[in-house]
Amino acid sequence: MNILKFIETFTDDSLMRSTGSRRDSFNQFGNIGKTLAMASIPFGLSAFANKALAKDITATPATPIGALQFALTLEYLENEFYAMALDSGVIPASENGGRDLKVFQQIAAHESDHVKFLIAGLGGTMSANFVTKPTFDFTVGGAFDPFGDYPTFLALAQAFEDTGVRAYKGQAANLISAPDLLTAALQIHSVEARHASEVRRLRGLKGWISNDERGAGMPSATQAVYNGEGLTMQAGFNTATAFGAAAGSEAYDEPLTTQQVVDIANLFIV
Amino acid sequence: MKNEVKIHEVDPSLNNRRSFLKLSGLTLVSAGLVIAGCSNNDDNDSPMEDTSLPGIRNGVFDLGSGDFGVLTYAYALEQLEADFYTKVVNASNFNTTFNDIERQVLTDLYHHEVIHRDFFKAALSGALPNPSTQLLPSLAFNYGSMNFNSRSEVLATAKALEDTGVAAYNGAGKLIKSPDYLLLAGKIVSVEARHASAIRSLINPNSSDFAGDDIISTSTGLDAAKDPSKILPIAGGFITTKFTAKYLP
Repeated sequence: MNILKFIETFTDDSLMRSTGSRRDSFNQFGNIGKTLAMASIPFGLSAFANKALAKDITATPATPIGALQFALTLEYLENEFYAMALDSGVIPASENGGRDLKVFQQIAAHESDHVKFLIAGLGGTMSANFVTKPTFDFTVGGAFDPFGDYPTFLALAQAFEDTGVRAYKGQAANLISAPDLLTAALQIHSVEARHASEVRRLRGLKGWISNDERGAGMPSATQAVYNGEGLTMQAGFNTATAFGAAAGSEAYDEPLTTQQVVDIANLFIV
Repeated sequence: MKNEVKIHEVDPSLNNRRSFLKLSGLTLVSAGLVIAGCSNNDDNDSPMEDTSLPGIRNGVFDLGSGDFGVLTYAYALEQLEADFYTKVVNASNFNTTFNDIERQVLTDLYHHEVIHRDFFKAALSGALPNPSTQLLPSLAFNYGSMNFNSRSEVLATAKALEDTGVAAYNGAGKLIKSPDYLLLAGKIVSVEARHASAIRSLINPNSSDFAGDDIISTSTGLDAAKDPSKILPIAGGFITTKFTAKYLP
């Protein structure tokens, strides 16, 4: 049984029914096992997960509109992250002969385009389906210094891009009834994957994810982004047989559920 | 729209029959291969025929339509990618043509694409009602005059194949009815996009080419998405086994 799926059924229900805080949703677990729930909180920052802030985003409905709203919130996050990084000067202009700056300027341009595209797709800022940008804190209350420390910026960029790939993938089924929206989401999904590959390679890693490894130099707090990526059984086919588990797992990226992504994103939302 | 990829063997000495395929900046001389484009020639099909299943129709293997058609289409593309990288890593000068990082990338891509190909073969063999007649056979390939010991030719072809693969999966997603199959395609397409980015980065490292303006829209930030009828004439340049895709858009 998929534990995360099990947890999601609880958190989704409580969050969708009310404006309830995360603390409320934890109470739903009662004696089922609070430690189990806490173990699922990404980035290992369980202390922060108890903040139960009213501004936290909640899981969007499993509908095409919900998927677009969910995507927009993620793009808000990425867009602001890269815009702030470029403004802060944390990306050294001389790094790799200027390569890094070119890379992140391109990524920033794409994320900005994605925000505009998704807002338009939701009917514009006056539409009832429009969702506003949350307030982000990329330091997570001071735990990270992404705009003062370049390696931290790179690590978070990798985590956000790899999360983005998994997040869009997890929304595909919600868009199956809306072919045009599905195609657009796929067209963003592959751009996120191109970004992820390049950021990983800038960090000296492979462009693809081996097993469920977050990779050298990634804080242990980012492991939740990679949990589940080590899968080597695909529709009954063992992808590890031919060349081993690392290659088999690299050949497939795995989805994250809406709730798993919400939990990651909420760490950066105040 | 019905489309058919017809590939005829032609004597390369007939100089008026050489075809030149332009793939994302790479001009490939595919000696002896001529592609005939779209055809509406399905008048002979019975109106009662189930076109969703792959199989021989009018003497030629047709990919079919629906989920089986899309999966078979993906299987054809993965066969091409797997064959290409198998030839790349087995080329006589592989160890001297490419540096350590390039060899690692190309070897990984060889592994991934062979796994994808074998996955589709297994998945289709398990899902098709009668795989003995409905499973796409192993295709044959011809890369014309391409030199597998040329770094620039190999990387340029790899770039074209990976970008084409991404556009193919992005365009095929909406044709898939089963959420499970859609997710599987999604699991693969992002890896193809990671490949495309890495290959582009190897070709031009100090640049934004990994997700360059030549492939990602500068107004929407969207990657390419193409129908099978746009993809098969490109991929068909390398595929010598004749098959049709009359029932895919």
